Amino acid sequence: MGIELLIFKSILVLVVFTITLTIAAYSTYGERKIAAFLQDRIGPNRAGPFGIFQPVADGGKMFLKEEIIPADASAFLFVLGPSLAMLTALMTGVVIPWGDTLTLNGVEYSLQITDLNIGVLYIFGVVSFGVYGIMIGGWSSNNKFSLLGAIRASAQMISYELAMGLSIVALIMTTGTLSIKEIVDQQATWHWNILYQPLGFLIFMICAFAECNRAPFDLAECETELVGGYHTEYSSMKLGFYLFAEYINMFISSALMASLYFGGYNFPFMNSLGLDQNMVTILGTVVFFGKVFFFIFFFMWIRWTIPRFRYDQLMRLGWQSLIPLAILNILLTGIFTMREELKNWLFN
Amino acid sequence: MQSVNYIPIVLQLLVAGGFVTLAMTLTHVWGPKRKSAEKLENFECGIESQGNARMPFSIKYFLTAILFVLFDVEVIFLYPWAVNFKELGLFGFVEMLVFIAFLLLGFLYIIKKGALKWE
Amino acid sequence: MQQYTDIEEEKEYNTLNLGPTHPATHGIFQNVLKMDGEIIVSSEPTIGYIHRAFEKIAEHRPYYQITPLTDRMNYCSSPINNMGWHMTMEKLIGAEIPKRAQYMRIIIMELARIADHIVCNSVIGVDTGALTGFTYVWQDREKIYEVYEEICGARLTTNIGRIGGFERDFNKTTWEKINDALNSIEKRWAEFERLLSRNRIFMDRCIGCGPITAEKALGYGFTGPNLRAAGVDYDVRVMSPYSSYEDFDFTIPVGTNGDTYDRFMVRNTEIWESIKIIRQAMNNLPEGNYHADIPEFYLPPKDDVYTKMEALIYHFKIVMGETDVPKGEVYHCVEGGNGELGFYLVSDGGRTPYRLHFRRPCFIYYQAYPEMIKGAMLSDAILTMSSMNVIAGELDA
Repeated sequence: MGIELLIFKSILVLVVFTITLTIAAYSTYGERKIAAFLQDRIGPNRAGPFGIFQPVADGGKMFLKEEIIPADASAFLFVLGPSLAMLTALMTGVVIPWGDTLTLNGVEYSLQITDLNIGVLYIFGVVSFGVYGIMIGGWSSNNKFSLLGAIRASAQMISYELAMGLSIVALIMTTGTLSIKEIVDQQATWHWNILYQPLGFLIFMICAFAECNRAPFDLAECETELVGGYHTEYSSMKLGFYLFAEYINMFISSALMASLYFGGYNFPFMNSLGLDQNMVTILGTVVFFGKVFFFIFFFMWIRWTIPRFRYDQLMRLGWQSLIPLAILNILLTGIFTMREELKNWLFN
Repeated sequence: MQSVNYIPIVLQLLVAGGFVTLAMTLTHVWGPKRKSAEKLENFECGIESQGNARMPFSIKYFLTAILFVLFDVEVIFLYPWAVNFKELGLFGFVEMLVFIAFLLLGFLYIIKKGALKWE
Repeated sequence: MQQYTDIEEEKEYNTLNLGPTHPATHGIFQNVLKMDGEIIVSSEPTIGYIHRAFEKIAEHRPYYQITPLTDRMNYCSSPINNMGWHMTMEKLIGAEIPKRAQYMRIIIMELARIADHIVCNSVIGVDTGALTGFTYVWQDREKIYEVYEEICGARLTTNIGRIGGFERDFNKTTWEKINDALNSIEKRWAEFERLLSRNRIFMDRCIGCGPITAEKALGYGFTGPNLRAAGVDYDVRVMSPYSSYEDFDFTIPVGTNGDTYDRFMVRNTEIWESIKIIRQAMNNLPEGNYHADIPEFYLPPKDDVYTKMEALIYHFKIVMGETDVPKGEVYHCVEGGNGELGFYLVSDGGRTPYRLHFRRPCFIYYQAYPEMIKGAMLSDAILTMSSMNVIAGELDA
């Protein structure tokens, strides 16, 4: 790796990091505005015009709040919990292809921080770590509500990870690669995977909701039952990290859904517009973010529309509906892909 | 060439880790510190908490975790197969069907056994 | 030495305090739950966690000053409490209330019932996790509160009306506001019903959650929507009509299972019935006076107090509680937002009641609560509580 490339990658890391934080911060604003819109209210409108500085004010407030670590809590783990949640949330953005390649001074730069050949597995691995953040935080608080919330969260996240993994298996069968970049490139123009994997996408999306602890799967922090769930005891930036991590996860899940199933930075007629490569790349990135924002909006729309599940219903849905459905999806995908061979084998 | 791809991950880890550490330190330094015994008590709906939260917990959660580990290993086993699905052809597909059938059998067993029953 | 006879006894359960300051305990009440994971093994509600001794205070207040105390029982529908108390007093002194005042009372009481049911049903939504319906329909509750405000100046603890009727006739704005509120409720409540009542997750959560059979409900002394949800068509407005309810045409919805969903649907339907009643009352409003002719109990208008001697004397006597009250014992009940709201009054002729007892419906529901949630999940327990609409103000005993 040349020094030039290293500098470019460092810049890209910083840019992606900043964008991730900004989008997560503005998701909180968007969430409140969308909730307000759906509920016939006004929403935040005090900090700056239309309240657009609200996230800044919120973030600043988080820094300046008193840090309370309960006397009975294990202080080290108590701090480690939210840090881990935030860290894992921030680590997932590395393998998302934010755009195609840019050619500057004859050198090609990819708008993806790194193209791992096991990108999908990397995401799964890092996301699985997220559950530790919640579990450690909930347990170390030494509070019954926190513990209950943490246990709910971890049971829920591991249960839905299975169905998510199985839904991805079907996708991998059609793409034949684990690199997200390659998966995106295969979906050039309009050959989006959603057309070939509608059931898989549905399962993946439901699991993404569950993995992000978003409604209707927000049992871990449902305030009418568990007060604050796993972050009942948290204050200051530590609370901020948990909430923030949720929004980052939401952003990354949206990006993942857009990349895996909705063509990533590809859009129809991208090659027949007669634009040069750099232009198409920039346009593609814009389109990609458009898709991501749509999914973020969808997350919020769902949250403010439907009630949440009960614990046993949640587990039943995960284990007894989604997993069999995902296996069925694998079967269907296999039969569909192997239809020629099957025909030959059966009729000859 | 492949290991080079992991360098940016290290970069990202440094940036993310730095941010987390910085934020945690700053909030610790900037925040007011007015502690009192009552403030540091655990929240239990406004009254003194009864007993410790770290009590033996329902075994069902643990059962879910064990089942997860079992099935997750099997799912991970599916990945290499899925990547090479097209090359393996019909034979690989049928073989995997047998594997999935075993998986389903075990799955059916735990459902019939009521391991996932919460009521 | 403690001896274990059964292996089950050795099982350790987690104790969880649900309340006093828990987001789901709307108000202040405490439940000590014994939990096995998510399942509630047993629960122990603390009766009288808040105790404001209203009945005792009432024994030391002149009759005129008891109305504000009733506000604070079921504060979601205080006008019904106020008017129930007024009617009890009227029963004691044998006053004849003009039809117009009775119809006006019905309008206000039915508005209060709608407000109460809006609170209950939207909070069921919140406790299942759907916050949107809640904030959306509370705009209508706001409209109802504006009606109260127009009539008496207050919103939550209304202290509305007087013994004998109202302090003044409804003005034009009031009628406009009532009309406006009804139109808006009709529109918005239909939307709310579309949002939740056929939602699959909502139905899964509510159907079969916290059920109670009709026999048990009757045994505990359930009344109101919670009893009707269990399938018993008991409604005070029909069984012993007061304030001319017999003039109106409305139906009493009943459920079958007595679970959360039935309670939700019964309340939904009652909102529509209440709108029907208010419309009938507004269309057939009789001419006449807005208060009874009982100068010893009905506060004279302020203008008269400053200019007329009798008015001043009556004003003084009523406010200071110097009016003679007949000896006697009366029980009057009204259909409150939550069920039969009863007032048992014993008067020994003195300036204050000898004994006053409020029959608070929520107090009775809360007795059945441990039995209803036994073996249920934590989420069910919360849903059961909010669907019974247990209001902490009525647990005050």
